[in-house]
Amino acid sequence: MSGTENTLIQIVKAIVIFAVILQIVPFILYAERKLLGRFQSRLGPNRVGPRGLLQPVADVLKLVSKEQSVPVTAVPWMMALAPLISIVTAVATLAIIPFGAPGAWGGDFGLYGIDVPIGLLYFFAFGSLAFYGLMLGGWSSGSKFSFLGAMRAAAQLISYEVAIGLSLLGVAMTAGSMSLVDIVQDQSEMWFIVPQFVGFLIFMVAGFAESARPPFDLPEADAEIVSGYNTEYGGMRFGSFFMAEYIEVVIISGIATACFLGGWRGPGPEALGPLWVLAKMSLFVFLFIWIRATLPRLRYDQLMSFGWKILLPLATLNVIVTAVLVVVI
Amino acid sequence: MPEPRWIAPDDVTVVQRGPEPGGVRGAYRTFGETLRGLKTTFARVVEGPVTMEYPEQKTPVYPRFRGRHKLHRFEDSGLEKCVGCSLCVAACPAECIRVVAAENTPEHQISAGERYAAVYEINMTRCIFCGYCEIACPFDAITMGNDYELADYSRSDLIFTKEMLLADPLERTPLRREGE
Repeated sequence: MSGTENTLIQIVKAIVIFAVILQIVPFILYAERKLLGRFQSRLGPNRVGPRGLLQPVADVLKLVSKEQSVPVTAVPWMMALAPLISIVTAVATLAIIPFGAPGAWGGDFGLYGIDVPIGLLYFFAFGSLAFYGLMLGGWSSGSKFSFLGAMRAAAQLISYEVAIGLSLLGVAMTAGSMSLVDIVQDQSEMWFIVPQFVGFLIFMVAGFAESARPPFDLPEADAEIVSGYNTEYGGMRFGSFFMAEYIEVVIISGIATACFLGGWRGPGPEALGPLWVLAKMSLFVFLFIWIRATLPRLRYDQLMSFGWKILLPLATLNVIVTAVLVVVI
Repeated sequence: MPEPRWIAPDDVTVVQRGPEPGGVRGAYRTFGETLRGLKTTFARVVEGPVTMEYPEQKTPVYPRFRGRHKLHRFEDSGLEKCVGCSLCVAACPAECIRVVAAENTPEHQISAGERYAAVYEINMTRCIFCGYCEIACPFDAITMGNDYELADYSRSDLIFTKEMLLADPLERTPLRREGE
């Protein structure tokens, strides 16, 4: 599809997706704090604006007005670059999440940023790059806690990147394509969550680790290493890391929606696709928050042994079984 | 499964150990426990929050709650019940009450007895709200009220004079109803 689109449409699409997702982030922030409250028998924020709806605005205003401080031991330019890497890679990955069928809203454009034939690889590539942000940020801060957080981020990336790759390989094999649009098109009869249930579970677990969300938030474990890689960050630089983490949540939800829950498919006309995608994504976001409210953080060795001893063999087995089934059927 | 080396007699408590961590069974158990945990947290959402939004909603107190003191007058004559006997001063373990008594005269009748309290001060920074003053008082002139919002900006503002203690408290604290 992308070949037939002119530059203007692509620019408009880029702006729309960027704007929509950046508007979603404050809502996720609000939903997270509100829901965490409910999960803990609390009310959550309710002072700023009606029902506390303006709380994210207040948070962002606070972050914007804060001073940037750079430790003496830090490498300043690298420290400034790290949040940039985080946020750019996070936003870039958004481009491949399909929000609707090609031509669902009339015209010949698709409701997604780009439909690359190697969509999943693109996702892995930027997922890996995103960790450079955490690593560089932690290392260049010149603080022991940041350094520990960075090392944990590196170890976690390597352990779980493999599992997340293998878990989506099953989907790619079943659909016979790596393009997310093709994968959604292929789920017309049955959502992949049914034949690829094990892959779905592995993807979700590894996705939690990939976005460094609790219970896999070891890179920023506040109880042990203050705040990990972003200990020395303040103001909007910290805000960028923070936002990248939430965009990462959106991405994992979006990829899971496209790969396992049939993307834009749902009752009603095809034009409603984006609504279905958003509804399914909010399901996953709810799961992210629910899990955060429930599970305590893993110990470092538990994280490693879980990734290598449980997830990786399971994912490999899933790939092999899927491969056999694809060939046989 | 290996044979137990000895059968535990009745007076020996066999320690029940948890299953060994790790391995496939450990992962399976973890999965089950995770689901149980998710159920636990979701039950909190169903129950709803238990928050008291404090400045707007106040926690109701029990009838015997010992809050800010009150001095009383006779309802019919309007005379003060306190006769300045200083028994509360003697009973007070924190030594926060100061009473200076003066004689009633027929033209200047303040209390029902022979004497009245010309000065009656309670230093709320020292008071420990033990309620001994209430017990010591032979005329029920001083009782403990319900109010617990006693913060102020300076210590001198926390020395409550007789006028303050006699006046009806401005902020009324809700009283807990029967069975609440």
